[in-house]
Amino acid sequence: MAKKIATIPFTGTAEQEQELRATIDALREDPGCLMPIMQKAQEIYGYLPIEVQTLIAEELNIPLEKVFGVATFYAQFTMSPKGKYRISVCLGTACYVKGSGIVMEKLEEALGIESGEITQDGKFSLDDCRCVGACGLAPVVTINDDVYGRLTGNLKEVQDILAKYAD
Amino acid sequence: MSDTINVKINGFAVQVPKGSTVLEAARAASVTIPTLCYLKDINEIGACRMCMVEAAEMRGPNLGPARMVAACVYPVTEGMEVQTNSPKVLDSRRKTMELLLSNHDMKCLSCVRSKNCELQRLAHDLGITDADVYKGERTEYPIDDSAAHMIRDNNKCILCRRCVAACSVTQGIGVIGANERGFITNIGSQYNKPLAETACVSCGQCITVCPTGALTEKDFTDDVFKAIADPTKHVVVQTAPSVRAGLGECFGLPIGTNVEGKMVAALRRLGFDVVTDTNYAADLTIMEEGTELIERVTNNGVLPMITSCSPGWIKFCEHYFPDLIPNLSTCKSPQQMQGAVIKTYYAEKMGWDPKDIVSVSVMPCTAKKFEIGRPDQSASGYPDVDIALTTRELGRMIERAGIDFNALPDEKFDDPLGIYTGGGLIFGATGGVMEAALRFAVEAISGEKLAGDKVDFKEVRGIEGIKEASYTAGGLTVKVAVASGLSNARKLMEKVRAGEADYQFIEIMACPGGCVNGGGQPIQPASVRNFIDLRAERAKALYSVDERMELRKSQDNPAIQTLYKEFLDKPGSHKAHEILHTSYVARKVHF
Repeated sequence: MAKKIATIPFTGTAEQEQELRATIDALREDPGCLMPIMQKAQEIYGYLPIEVQTLIAEELNIPLEKVFGVATFYAQFTMSPKGKYRISVCLGTACYVKGSGIVMEKLEEALGIESGEITQDGKFSLDDCRCVGACGLAPVVTINDDVYGRLTGNLKEVQDILAKYAD
Repeated sequence: MSDTINVKINGFAVQVPKGSTVLEAARAASVTIPTLCYLKDINEIGACRMCMVEAAEMRGPNLGPARMVAACVYPVTEGMEVQTNSPKVLDSRRKTMELLLSNHDMKCLSCVRSKNCELQRLAHDLGITDADVYKGERTEYPIDDSAAHMIRDNNKCILCRRCVAACSVTQGIGVIGANERGFITNIGSQYNKPLAETACVSCGQCITVCPTGALTEKDFTDDVFKAIADPTKHVVVQTAPSVRAGLGECFGLPIGTNVEGKMVAALRRLGFDVVTDTNYAADLTIMEEGTELIERVTNNGVLPMITSCSPGWIKFCEHYFPDLIPNLSTCKSPQQMQGAVIKTYYAEKMGWDPKDIVSVSVMPCTAKKFEIGRPDQSASGYPDVDIALTTRELGRMIERAGIDFNALPDEKFDDPLGIYTGGGLIFGATGGVMEAALRFAVEAISGEKLAGDKVDFKEVRGIEGIKEASYTAGGLTVKVAVASGLSNARKLMEKVRAGEADYQFIEIMACPGGCVNGGGQPIQPASVRNFIDLRAERAKALYSVDERMELRKSQDNPAIQTLYKEFLDKPGSHKAHEILHTSYVARKVHF
């Protein structure tokens, strides 16, 4: 599936930009500096919004498409920020055969977003992942450091879980 | 150490220069190995695996085992034995093709590249009998027709990345590239924007290297047929210098054949009311641009002055060097000048209302389709040019009309807008505008008539990316530079921007080699492009005629002299400025 691109507004700060520019200045002479810069940028902002990719392209004097091409190629880069609560649905083999695909569908339904996206209020982000090492609990969902196992794929069930993160 | 290497291709011995690839060695042995992604110098990525061959190399005194290698990038070694047509090789190629076809829309019957498609040709040559053998899920993409000049249809794309190389390497722009990965890899722009929302300059070089119908010009042939059939319209056509140097390729003639006479005959048979030559306006451009140059040089104007004939270059400058817009000549391009003269002077002469004229151009260029819609290009109050066709579209019209091109007689353009000099003709090749301008300026500055080989300024000719020369006339030294291909233009402009260049005059053409190699010219497959220099071959078709012409200097064009006498007064006059000059706008790189 194509990478999701955030639709929520960019809220980068002057400090973040300053840090990114310092990173670029430190690395710009190295051939192949693009990926380390993008990694650092993602560390700073949590994701790679177009504003950040544009800044990198302008600073390195390379086409923005090149930055975007790299961002969409590597699984490590995300163009959608992560929420206060990061939901990961394991779609690894064990979880998948135990119905985690259905759990994902219910979460998408309950949150009104697709995998790879973030809710407009920035509270929840939803991603799929491969094996969290708890196959005995399959199907597994993690929300930040909390683990929920042996889920049934019932809508009410996921709504109840989400309700725990009311704040 | 010897400079040559001995190899065997299918058992036949051949000697090739050291450093040759298997592909090149095979060619020396008269064997064409099929390729798809390979483009010499700019896209040597060995990605498509169509050129696989079996190659056995020497290991010590013995020949090692045969291995499958990609011929396009694999270098030959002494004693190598290559099999290009073994069952294993043929099976590998066929499988590659079948897999490519499994994610291709295969709508050949309605594809403009049918008969001229490398994928189609190769499927045929490889003896594909079941194109659906790997039928399954397909990626489907919306068609991007946002740009004025072209259509992108990723459903026909085979991901060879030749367009990406043309855009980023040849032109140094890079508004298209590969996005995503795996099955959903696709060629697109930043943030999946439509092409119109990028800093694409419309040069069309991507189209000319596309092996399939994924990238095509916007076709306006039906609009032209309609206009011709409309009895209330006067349909006036003009053809750029390079069209006559390329059009023959649509009809199987050798590359570099000048088909001016047959082209004019074909245009008449298509039903155009008046057949004119953009060469006329090229001569006119020299009068205006040459005058502008002398004016800038003598009155401390902004220097270096840079030519404005190439709309791809203009858009490039507006996007990437907006600070240099004051350096651009304010002259309209020859296409627009011709259109402007058709709808003002010529309309007046004929007693026609410009609103009843349909001004059609045939250009070696896709950026001309963008240019006709620019602001400040409507001298008569109506667009100077209504429809801009490419050479390819004209070829298609002739084909559709059932005209037997090669059997046509040679005919002449209509007077007076078909009269031209050698100076106007050579506009089609890189350095041509510069040379024509020098023929004018040196004579104007020195006050002495140039004759014989003094008319030749050979230093600015040739396909080299950046050329420099300096000439002295009447005690004044003029330093000039010529660049073609936008990555070369960028290098030159960075020097100008940094104040490191002391040129007075610069010619820039967006396409490498100039208009003869424009994005609207007939498409030659990679098997030809990789071994024949289209730029040089097509340019010869222009220079060989210039050499034999009686009138070689634009200022000697009698029809242009009459135009000034009857209508424009003198070069650079107020009226000339209103009709023949234009303005530019700064554009962004990121949207």
